[in-house]
Amino acid sequence: MTTPSIKPWLYGKTLGELKEVAASLALPSFAAKQMADWLYKKHATDIDQFTNLSVKAREALKEHYQVGFISSSNVQTSVDGTKKYLFPTVGGKFIESAYIPDKDRATLCVSSQSGCKMGCLFCMTAKQGFQSQLSAGEILNQVRAIPEFDKLTNLVYMGMGEPLDNLANVLASLDILTSDYGYGWSPSRITVSTIGVIPAMKEFLTKSKCHLAVSLHTPFDEERRKLMPIQNVYKIKDVVEELKRWDFTKQRRVSFEYIMFKELNDTAVHVKELVKLLNGLKCRINLIRFHPIPGTPLLGSDENAVQSFKQALNDKGIVTTVRASRGQDIYAACGLLSTKGLNKPEEQDF
Amino acid sequence: MNHSEVSGMFKCRVVDNQVVGPAAYYLSFERPFEFEAGQVISLTLDEQIPPRLYSIASGVDDPALSILFDVKPDGLLTPQLAKLQKGDWLFVSPPYGSFIGSSEPAVWVATGTGVAPFISMARSGLGIGKLLVQGARAMDGFYFSDYFFDYEGLEYVRCLSSGAAAGIYEGRLTSYLSGSTSIPLNEKYYLCGNPLMVNEVRDLLISKGVPFENILSEIFF
Repeated sequence: MTTPSIKPWLYGKTLGELKEVAASLALPSFAAKQMADWLYKKHATDIDQFTNLSVKAREALKEHYQVGFISSSNVQTSVDGTKKYLFPTVGGKFIESAYIPDKDRATLCVSSQSGCKMGCLFCMTAKQGFQSQLSAGEILNQVRAIPEFDKLTNLVYMGMGEPLDNLANVLASLDILTSDYGYGWSPSRITVSTIGVIPAMKEFLTKSKCHLAVSLHTPFDEERRKLMPIQNVYKIKDVVEELKRWDFTKQRRVSFEYIMFKELNDTAVHVKELVKLLNGLKCRINLIRFHPIPGTPLLGSDENAVQSFKQALNDKGIVTTVRASRGQDIYAACGLLSTKGLNKPEEQDF
Repeated sequence: MNHSEVSGMFKCRVVDNQVVGPAAYYLSFERPFEFEAGQVISLTLDEQIPPRLYSIASGVDDPALSILFDVKPDGLLTPQLAKLQKGDWLFVSPPYGSFIGSSEPAVWVATGTGVAPFISMARSGLGIGKLLVQGARAMDGFYFSDYFFDYEGLEYVRCLSSGAAAGIYEGRLTSYLSGSTSIPLNEKYYLCGNPLMVNEVRDLLISKGVPFENILSEIFF
């Protein structure tokens, strides 16, 4: 079921925003909390279900708003149990989410944008350019619209897009996820990924208690510039220097994502420089096997190199793990999400 | 000119704001620092508006600092920037970024306001020996074309994706590069513009044998 109306969504509004809605329609102030209950605890999909609001209040709401809901339009299932969900956006673009069950964990990887502006050389999403920001409702819709919603134990903002390039909506979605009026999740179940947009990262760390994951991929400036254009603007050394000002010794964690590229970033020199870069910062490194994308000049490191790299970092005191590749056969694995073929061609300036 | 009320930013007086295309402006203001051609600044009008990044679009020896921007109708900042007049104030961060030009031969590829860092590089004397490939949907999207057209020692190619005009390649910038038989393999490529262009051009160059190490991209966000 997908709500067709073009009216704005109530779903995805924070309690503060719902209070503004209530005030603008001259509803009693407690109506905001009632709406939040229906939206985030009772999973209502229609304003008519808000039965503890007066008929008049419901009519006023319906005149201006809808709850908002978008069903997934396709799902693919991997041999390893991973599922990739396809969702249309309100604006007619497309996004993907990956559901990854693993023993006693069930993680959902959500998108924060349709497409991406960041242009990382190794990422499939980058190849479709940028289509649109997702609203907080569209971000959360990926969570509540899948049949595995009740099984979810963890949420990672590592799907399509750079979350910190859509900070306001990401923060609103996190507020709803972690607040008592919303889904009431612990922030320690949620990780937000970034390639290191420093000003937005500082704001995120100020306003959220969720974990942070930073895409590092090489400690060397010149190498990272070739892989990740963001390095031309925000250097990884400056990102790490900023992180060293924050406390990651308690509940909140910072981790670094590191895709292993053969003979590019998998050498002993890289281990040494990583240790130097991260010196003094309580963190962990997740090594990721590279999933080749069409036309890429990059190769994945072989398994021996991955394991040696992991061991070398652990020996130097940096907790390092290798992330299991999941959903590779359905292009749900890290760096493979793309809806390029589904978006209608737009007029471009080139 | 003083350190401003916006933390860490310089307060600068606007000296000029020229319309250079449909909804595109070349905004100039007092220059409080040295910079390298190709660097960026953050800019805002007050503490309530989050600063946005802009490539510097003036030369290192120009008396004023300039940016090239187009108005995003739903944006918080650019509609207000478009209204700025001489004597108004704005707030500017120190320069940063490493999309830096050099005097070596290179290929510059730009669309839209992505030409801004190349204006800075050219005005800083780094245009000699360069090939600039500029893409636009319409003729009025070739910002600063007169300047580049007259630039001694710079080869200038314009690609018009919709329409035709004398002396201009008819088609997309990617079609021009794809059909070109003289793509230098050992020169640096600097790409700046919308993310899809940057990615498509980068893939195209790699498929033609340009090492990815020779391709530098600047992104807009």
